[in-house]
This record gives sequence, C-alpha cells and structure tokens, in this order.
Amino acid sequence: MTSLLTVFLLVLALITALGVVRARNLFAAVMLMGIFSLLMAAVFLLLDAPDVALTEAAVGAGISTVLLLSAMALTAEEELAGGIHPTPALAVVLVTAAVIFYGMFEKPLVGDPEAPVNTHLAPQFFELTREQMEIPNVVTAVLASFRGYDTLGEVIVVLTAAIGVLFLIGPDAPQGSRAPSGGNLAGGGLKHHQPLRIVGKIAIPFILLFAFYVQYHGEYSPGGGFQAGALLAAGIILFGLLEGREAAAAVIPTRVLKAMAAGGALVFGGVGVVTLLMGGQFLEYRVLLDHPVSAQQLGIVVIEVGVGVTVSGVLLLIYHAFAARGRG
Amino acid sequence: MLALDLFNSWIFVLLLMVGFYAVIARDNLVKKLMGLSIFQSAVFLLFITMGTVTGGTAPIVLGDDWGAVFSNPLPQVLILTAIVVGISTLALGLAIVVRIKESYGRISDIDAPERDRRL
Amino acid sequence: MNLEPHLPALQVVVPLLTAPLVVLLRDARLAWWAALAASAMNFAVAVAITGQVLDGAVVRYDMGGWAAPLGIELRVDALSTILLLVVSGASTLALLGGRASLLEQVGEARQPLFMAAWLLALAGLVGILVSGDAFNIFVFMEISSLATYILVAGGPDRRALPATFKYLVAGTVGATFYLIGVGMVFMMTGTLNIADMELRLATVGDTNIVYVAAGFITIGLALKAAIFPLHAWMPNAYTWAPHVVTAFIAACATKVALYVLLRMDFFVFQKNLVDHELQFAFVLMPLAAMGILFGSIAAVFEPNLKRILAFSSLAQIGYILLGASLVTVAGFNASVLHLFNHALAKGALFLAVVCLGLRYRHLDLADLQGAGRHMPWTLTAFALAGLSLIGVPGTAGFVSKWALIIAALERGALGVALVVLIVVSSLLAVVYVARIVERLWFGEPPGENPAVSEAPWPTLAVTWLAVGANFWFGLNASLPGELAQRAGEAFLRHLP
Repeated sequence: MTSLLTVFLLVLALITALGVVRARNLFAAVMLMGIFSLLMAAVFLLLDAPDVALTEAAVGAGISTVLLLSAMALTAEEELAGGIHPTPALAVVLVTAAVIFYGMFEKPLVGDPEAPVNTHLAPQFFELTREQMEIPNVVTAVLASFRGYDTLGEVIVVLTAAIGVLFLIGPDAPQGSRAPSGGNLAGGGLKHHQPLRIVGKIAIPFILLFAFYVQYHGEYSPGGGFQAGALLAAGIILFGLLEGREAAAAVIPTRVLKAMAAGGALVFGGVGVVTLLMGGQFLEYRVLLDHPVSAQQLGIVVIEVGVGVTVSGVLLLIYHAFAARGRG
Repeated sequence: MLALDLFNSWIFVLLLMVGFYAVIARDNLVKKLMGLSIFQSAVFLLFITMGTVTGGTAPIVLGDDWGAVFSNPLPQVLILTAIVVGISTLALGLAIVVRIKESYGRISDIDAPERDRRL
Repeated sequence: MNLEPHLPALQVVVPLLTAPLVVLLRDARLAWWAALAASAMNFAVAVAITGQVLDGAVVRYDMGGWAAPLGIELRVDALSTILLLVVSGASTLALLGGRASLLEQVGEARQPLFMAAWLLALAGLVGILVSGDAFNIFVFMEISSLATYILVAGGPDRRALPATFKYLVAGTVGATFYLIGVGMVFMMTGTLNIADMELRLATVGDTNIVYVAAGFITIGLALKAAIFPLHAWMPNAYTWAPHVVTAFIAACATKVALYVLLRMDFFVFQKNLVDHELQFAFVLMPLAAMGILFGSIAAVFEPNLKRILAFSSLAQIGYILLGASLVTVAGFNASVLHLFNHALAKGALFLAVVCLGLRYRHLDLADLQGAGRHMPWTLTAFALAGLSLIGVPGTAGFVSKWALIIAALERGALGVALVVLIVVSSLLAVVYVARIVERLWFGEPPGENPAVSEAPWPTLAVTWLAVGANFWFGLNASLPGELAQRAGEAFLRHLP
C-alpha cells in the first residue's frame, strides 16, 4: 500500500527532478539534486528500507553534492543555451516509457506479500539468519554473508572509482589550464564565515561519532560499513569545507587514505582467502571458528570494517583530488 | 486503490523518462551526469517498491520477534550496491569532465569539429 | 591443499585482489610485473578450467558456502570457457608485448594506477563469464566498465577524453537497462540465479512483463556490445585509447557483453517466451546484416588505421550476432566459434598496430605510407593477420566463416541471401585490408623521411605469436571446435 505521504514526497521528487533538467544555472541544479536525493531517501524510509535511506541520504545528498560542487568550481556554472534538438530524444524516451507501461500495467508493485519476489527467497533469508547468524538486521546478513561476494564487488567498484579519479586528476595526472574561478568552495574553505564554522565544528564530532555507531551497530540497526564510511568521509569533508582542504589533509594524509582504500578491500578479500585456506568456500565465514554462529558474526564484522575503511578512504581521496586540482 | 497501488510505478516511469531525456538531450556534460543519476534513482525506486510488504516493517528484527511481517531485504541489498555503483560512476564521470574542460575550454558541444591535427 | 575445486573463484579473485596491491606500488616496472603475473595466472586457471569442462563437467561453485539460488553461484560451461581463454589470453599477450608502448603513451608515474585498472578490467570481465547470477553479472559489468573507461582515458591525445565520456554514458545507460530488465524478471520470479530464473519463469502466467524485460536486457547489452546502430561510442573509444588497450578491449569487452546477451536470451528467455525467436528474425538479424554492410563499407573509406579496424569490428560483431540469430544449433556453433576466431584476428592486428604506434605518432594511412620498408616484420604480421580477418582458407577466420555459411544454408532462400551478404562483406574486407597493406608497403613516405626502425623485439614477438595462433587454430580447430560444439549442445537443451 502506498501512503499519502509517500505520494506527496514522490510528486515533490518528480518536480525536483524536472527542475534539475530545466535549470540553466548548474549551481541551482546541484542544489535541486541534493533535495531530490533527500526526498528519495525519505521515500525509501517510508517503504521500509532504512538502510537504503541512510545510504541515499549520505551519498546522494552529501557526497555527490560535494563532488558536483567541486567539479563545477573547476568547470562552469552556467549551462549554455542551444545544443541538441529535443525531438528525437523525446521520441526515444516516450517509446521507452510506453514499453514499460505495456509490461507493467495493472501490476501492483507495492505490498503484495504473496508476490513471487517476496515468497521465493525472503523467508529463507530470515530463517537462516535466525538459525546461523542470530543478528537482527537481515539486510546486513544478506549483504555481508549470503551475497557477500556482490559486496566485495561493490567495494572494488568504489576502489576503481578512486583509481580512476587519481589517474585522471590526481597529482601525477597531466596538468591542465588553471581553474577559472577563484571561489573554489571545496578547496579554499569558508574560513571567513564565523557562524558557519562554529555550527560546523559542533556538528563534526557528532557526525564522526554517529559514523562509528553506524559501523559497529550495523548488525542490530540500519547501517554498516558503507554508510559508516560515507558518514566518516562526510564529517571530514565538512571540516575541509570549513577550514580548507589542507587542514582536512592534515587530519588524514593522502598516503594513509590510499592505504585505507586498498587495505579495506584487501581485508575483505583476505577473509575470503582465509576461509578458503581453512577448508571452506571463498567467503564461507562459518569455518572461521568452531562455533558457526560466532564465526558468521566474526566474518560479518570484519568484512564490514573492510568496507567502511575502503569507502571512507576512497571518498576522501576523491574529494582531495577534486579540491586540489587547479591549485598547483 | 488501484491507482494508488500503481502510483510508484508511474513515478518510476516518469523519473526514468526525465533522467533519460536529460542524458540524451542535454548538451552540458555535468547535466548529462545528473540525468544519469536521476535515471538510476528511478531504478532504485522500482526495486525498493517491489520488496515492500503491506503491513510489514523494515527487515530488522526487534525484540527477537522473528514471526512479524517484514519487507523483503534482498531488493534493499541490491540497491545498496547499485547506489554505490552510481556514485562511483558519477565521480569518474566528473573527473573526465574536469579534464575535458581543461583541454577544450568547455564542457558542452564536444562533438564540434576540432582543429586537432587530422587523426 | 587442493585448489582444484576452487578454480572458478580463483579465476576472479586473483586479479581482483592483486589490483589493490598494485595501487600501493610506486615503481612502474614492479606494477607491470605484478599485473603480468596475475594475468598469466589467470590464463593458467582458465586453461585448467577448460580441462575440467572438456571432461564433460559444468564447473560449479557456491560463493560463501550458500547454495544457489540463496547465494551467488559461479557456473562455468563451454560457452564461458571459450571466452575465458580469449579474455585472459588477450590480457596476458597485450601486457607482455605492450610494456614499451604503455610507458610511452601513459607515462611512468601513473603506471601503478593504470596497471591496477587493467587488472580490474580483467577481473570484471572474467567475473561476468564465470557468474551464474544475473545481479552479480551487473556488479562485475560495472567493475570492468569503470576500469575500461580509465584505460581508454589514458590515451595521450585529448580526444580520448570526449570518447571516454561517451563510452561512460553509453555504458551506464546500457547497464541500467540491463538492471531494469533483471529487476522485472526478479519481480516476477523472486530469483536472481540464471538457471533458477529459467525454471521459475515457466510458471509465470502473465508474460507481457517478461517480454519487456527481455527487450530491456537485449537493448542494454546491445548498447554495451556496440551492435549496429548502437555503436556510436565504439570507433572513437577504440581509436583514442592507448594502442595496447585497444588490442585488449577490442578482443574482449564487446564480446563479453555479447556473451551475456546470448546467455540471457537463449538460456533464460528462449524456453519461456512464445515466439521469442521472432526477436531475432525480425530485429537482430536485420541489424546484424546492416551492421556487417555498414561496418565494412565505412572501413573501406576511413583514413585512419585504428578506425578502419574499429569499423571492421562492427562488421564482425554483426557476423557473431548473425549466427546466433539463426536460432539453430549450427548457427550458435558458428557464432561461438567466431567469437573466438575474431578475437584472434583482431587481437593480432591491433598488436601490429602497437608495433607501428611505437614508431609513428599518427596512424593515418597517409602518415604510415612506406612504413613497410622500415618495418617489414610488423607489416608481414599485419598482412597475415589480415588474411585471417578476411577469412582465407588455412586461417582461423576461415573456419568460423565457413561454419557460418553452412549454418546459413540450412535456412533455404533466406540462407542464400545471407551467404551473398557474407561473401560481399568478405570482399569488402579484402578491399580494406589490401588498401592498408598496399599503401603501407608501396606508398611514398610523406615529407621528410624519419629514420624509422623495426619495432622492438618483445612487442614484435608477441605479435607474431598472435599471428601464429591464427594459423594454428586455422589448421587445427579441434579445441575451439570442441568447445563450440559443447556450447551448441547446451544451447539445444534450452530450446523450447
């Protein structure tokens, strides 16, 4: 069932999305993107997906806004008029939509507990989590154990992004012309805005604290390595925004960040190698200890730490790469 | 009731259209990337919606009550992964855009005939 | 301990976990050695798995010890094996012969990052090939795509950047289309495991949405596989990537996308959708035919060597699709065989381009005129690999083209038309290969004549090794033939 609040939020999200496409000022578009992400996060929360909501809020509204702003400081703020003729695009889009409608018409997506998607595997996930892992957050159980291999892949995707950003605009990349604008928000910091600094400085410890809570409480409540990593990075990026990038770089130097990014993935993969050497399948945590339930929990905790370390390292590396670009 | 039940699918399709349109029809590269993000968000909505169960709660067991009605955790896990993939693509795309700006001096109309030495 | 049961996991995990280690390295030479070692080990694992598959097994592996469909299953059959050999082999050869060229084109400081990206591209591609889970395929598709964007963006010309951006947008849209399709199937079946999907789709009454899902998956993958007319991203990406990267991805990246397309359309949907073959008869076969013609004709008129070969790839992708869209065992066989043989021919040709690229800055035919006088070994290798591309008897290219013609002839009048098409486009291939060879051997060098010498021996040796493979598998096609035949048998079991 869809609640009226969901309907309302979804309509707002749609309008915001339209605003993103229409806005000529890219700064406005970025702000609208942030709002769009927050609205989607609220919808996910209402649809019983708090883990997804937390991630969407931290990543969509937080990290990607900072990335877009940093990139914009290096490129341009206004979208030029003209360009591609809209008619063919409209045609393609309309055909796509019509095809989906043909397929999905009269298929209520929401709520049916008897739908195959909810009857085939979901009950077994609950049952096995109860028997073999005894952790209350089944999302974490599926993420870290049943589909742990996907999650390893996800960590590698994030690492790939960091490799790509460093390769393209890192310190060793070819240097281009200097950035056009002097007001590099991401790089320079807001040192002259006292109220912002004070509010920010009060907020940062709480964000970091919350990050660690989310990391270590991920088996019990929404959260886990990914969300924690994103929050930790967000806290430090906020510090960088207030005090300047160099100050943030002094908190955790780039060399350490690189080691974190690679090390977290290696910890995750290392767990897999250890289980393999101990006679199990790759990432089969239950062989880690004599007691299978504790073994599963141990495996989950360790790989979640790996996820958190890699994600925070990667996001900060990316932030530094963008913020330092064009300032020599 | 039916209209409301289908509401999420409507929004899914409409968001998909908005994002896809921006990807194809917008010339500005940053705008294209924003379009991609919206396009992907629509898919997130599709997955999360299909796993929701009427009268259920988030798939986190409270007070050892394993018998309660829960929403499906699997689509949520998939979408967590997809969100991460999305931000990774965005970061890489933006890095390319920055380099394009540095080498071409603009971030739109990159197909214009170039004065580069012939191939 | 006995590693044999873990081969499918090791296939992916070795390059996947070597990559983070390589990121931490500072020395370009060390990074190259690490990447080469991981890639070579990858090839060795692929050979070992091929042995198991040839013994008649479908090699299975339950990740995390969770049985499918609950957990993620790895599943290697003949169809995956033949591409595992191609991907890991191409990666190893390109790395082995490409060190000098990569140092020159990408620079020394960024080699560790570049090598890490290379390993991730490799891990992503083999990850797709061994996976038996539709969502897991999406994850590894993204790993390989993101890593490949990095590799392409490493090209020294600034035009590599817009090319990469287009590739990124096309790739992401393609992957998202695929994800929408998988989501719809998931909605109707509740499963992500490919084998389980096929079983459970049989019980789905309302198939409208499944048709739509099949459409989304096919279009998304067609975009990633650069099937005509969704190929717009491909020629520029191939042209402006570092030459060694082109040799690697031209042999692999689009073919792995095609593999997923075949896997999903034939092994999931074919059995469950009435008239599913019409999708091939009325959509994919005409597109394949148009792609063959368009690619061949465009190749004849292109001035740039790498773009000629890129458009030729467009035509070759058309052949592969054409065989599959006959929806017969013989057609499928020919298709799989051509996946293998075209990778051999194109890999060898692009390796020869790597040799040329070490001595010439620009690769227009006009710049390269007379190159053959200075680099006879390179040009001879190029000409011989060109024979395989054309499909001259005695080469690998002939084996699969012949198989394709036989398969087409099973289809009566339509088949005759297709054979005419294949013959015409092969003649066009003769024209564009001959044009290159003629100008590079006999053309007058442009302007002042630079002191050009033969390519360094490591690159040249690897190129000749690849050329040799074209003749080895042309005269003795039992290994790919056997694998293609087994893939055909599996295909037969999934017909309605």
